[in-house]
Amino acid sequence: MSETTEVTERAEVIDAVGVTGEAEGAGVRGTADVAAVADAVDVADMSDKADMAGTAAVGLGELWPLLRRHTQARIGLGRSGSGLLTRHRLGLQAAHAAARDAVHSAFEPDLVAAALPGMPTVRVRSAAGDRLTYLQRPDLGRRLDPVDRAHLPRGGDPDVVFVVADGLSSRAVHEHAAAMVRATAARLTGWRIAPVVLAEQARVALGDDVAAAMDATMVVVLVGERPGMSAADSLGAYLTHRPVPGVTTDADRNCLSNIRPPRGLDYETAAEKLAALMGRARELGRTGVGLKDESDHGEVTDRIL
Amino acid sequence: MTTYTATLGGERHRFDSLARLLAAASPERSGDRLAGLAAASARERVAARWALAEVPLATFLTEPVIPYEDDDVTRLILDTHDTAAFAPLAGLTVGGFREWLLAADTGALAAVAPGVTPEMAAAVSKLMGNADLVAVARKVRVVTAFRSTIGLPGRLATRLQPNHPTDDPAGVAAALLDGLLLGSGDAVIGINPATDSPKAVRDLLELLDGVITRYSIPTQSCVLCHVTTSVDLMERGAPVDLVFQSIAGTQAANASFGVTLGLLDEAYEAARGLRRGTVGDHVMYFETGQGSALSAAAHHGVDQQTVEARAYAVARRYRPLLVNTVVGFIGPEYLYDGRQILRAALEDHFCGKLLGLPMGLDICYTNHADADDDDIATMLTMLAVAGASFVICTPGGDDIMLNYQSASYHDALYLREVLGLRPAPEFEAWLDAMGLLDETGGLREVTGHPLTAIGRELAA
Repeated sequence: MSETTEVTERAEVIDAVGVTGEAEGAGVRGTADVAAVADAVDVADMSDKADMAGTAAVGLGELWPLLRRHTQARIGLGRSGSGLLTRHRLGLQAAHAAARDAVHSAFEPDLVAAALPGMPTVRVRSAAGDRLTYLQRPDLGRRLDPVDRAHLPRGGDPDVVFVVADGLSSRAVHEHAAAMVRATAARLTGWRIAPVVLAEQARVALGDDVAAAMDATMVVVLVGERPGMSAADSLGAYLTHRPVPGVTTDADRNCLSNIRPPRGLDYETAAEKLAALMGRARELGRTGVGLKDESDHGEVTDRIL
Repeated sequence: MTTYTATLGGERHRFDSLARLLAAASPERSGDRLAGLAAASARERVAARWALAEVPLATFLTEPVIPYEDDDVTRLILDTHDTAAFAPLAGLTVGGFREWLLAADTGALAAVAPGVTPEMAAAVSKLMGNADLVAVARKVRVVTAFRSTIGLPGRLATRLQPNHPTDDPAGVAAALLDGLLLGSGDAVIGINPATDSPKAVRDLLELLDGVITRYSIPTQSCVLCHVTTSVDLMERGAPVDLVFQSIAGTQAANASFGVTLGLLDEAYEAARGLRRGTVGDHVMYFETGQGSALSAAAHHGVDQQTVEARAYAVARRYRPLLVNTVVGFIGPEYLYDGRQILRAALEDHFCGKLLGLPMGLDICYTNHADADDDDIATMLTMLAVAGASFVICTPGGDDIMLNYQSASYHDALYLREVLGLRPAPEFEAWLDAMGLLDETGGLREVTGHPLTAIGRELAA
């Protein structure tokens, strides 16, 4: 079941309750009566169990759609015996399948390069040769393949290098990374921007290796985040000033998470925040815990890649 | 340092320390490879087990895997070792200990628990098959209580986990109602908060306490914040039932969590002083998980399963109500697939129970591990047969705040159905009083219920 379908269904149920004021179950009334019914029931004095389980109660059939406005959690699923209903079981499998495919589908750097007209790009691999190695050896995903490191362009004293890293979701990178590079670069008037590095089997700290090799002052890593059951295409942006491979830690970075329009952060908002952070990082000469995103709250997360 | 050797198929294998021997004897897992500690070959692994089987248990008291002077967990293990309880085991090797455990009864297992160190438990687990780990753990009985009693024979408790990505009280309440109507929450109603801010944590504590009080639910709440936040909130009069903390098996790994034994001592005393329990005074809730020490670069060259067992020595000091190994959460670089997660789950449960702890599990996986809901079903079934004290449950098995998959409330109903397991007795009586049980004791499916008042502000 797609999210869109689910949301639509929920909306329909909610509308139906609002219009008719009726739903399944004995003694069920419109939503305005929910509180009144509940208030009228004194649990401690309840002697008739049948009342509690049926007639005096609030209809769950109409309550769950209302409660789902407040959480994406899979509540009120019903059951058959002890098991989930078939449609819910398949719905969970569909969400898991989307996440698994996002993790395991191959990164296609050409797709990203083609969406960056006028910007030179360069392709690199990490020291993790394949997906299996990448998943089991985070240390290798943080280092450049030595041959690729030697081929990175040098010179020009770049202020920033953008690294597009597949991370744990190639899908996120294919869908969102080029747009984020364009939207951010458009706000960096006067900055010397290095060729965009497209990195395969790469974790966030690979950007440290890239920045050091290219002698860039700052690195922005746009990376596919670990897919969840409700989002398989979430992009993260990690900003690090003057990284030193093996020394720089996650505490030295600033992070924007959940970039995935239309449901998550949109490109223009994310780029505005990122460019603002970059400007302040240049003034202060540092990133990390000493540099807060003051534009609002709550976008800095602890996702571990 | 002692050297250990074994000759297998004409080939001589040499292990330069007890820690190296334990690591090489461990069933394969990605975390030990990542640490460079895994056996180099399948033959070396079995050779290590032959050598380990010959090691006297008493060796673990004289040859600590992490030096006494470097690590307060080692000091805790050795300083609190109960020599009298150890006496029946004192003449055994690790191999002999395995056979002793398989033949022992419930009383004998309880009697030796204070004499078993984490390293002894970890060592013998490496010689045991999955069925051994089930058979021995099933005989161990650890009973703890606060407002409900956990760990009685024929019972399986659950944690109701109504997490929400922004701690929205309406969203939490909705998921709380869902879990209660599915008969869950007798181990604890526990929320992982999105932030550790004292105000946010207190709001959630007040919400849970309000529901528990209003409906007289015989259970306990917990908001899984840092121990220092709990201490702070207790001082300010917040309704803290259980103090939560993640712990690990080395001093340095605990330091990476911002925890010392002194801090835990302080929190333990403060929570006991509140006397909020009704049928017991176990006030601590710990979470652990293989790989945490390695991820903090604080494993001292000890394999991840042995380090995990050492965390149980920390837990044991505080007579916890619940100890939860969050077994598949950490990711495939530590436990790669369903097979490795299952093995770790059985090891952790066995070691914890053997050391006398109320072990439960978060049987779970992340989307980059090679596992799925069938692995969850397999693990749940084996661990319930093994007598797990409780399991973590989430709506539909999908935690929208922590972004991983765990057991569902439906899964717990399945375990009760196929294995004849029942909730904690106080909670079972409450479910019955609320009209939620049918005449056979099974959970009644309702179309409406007064508990829906929990969500009434949302519906208005």
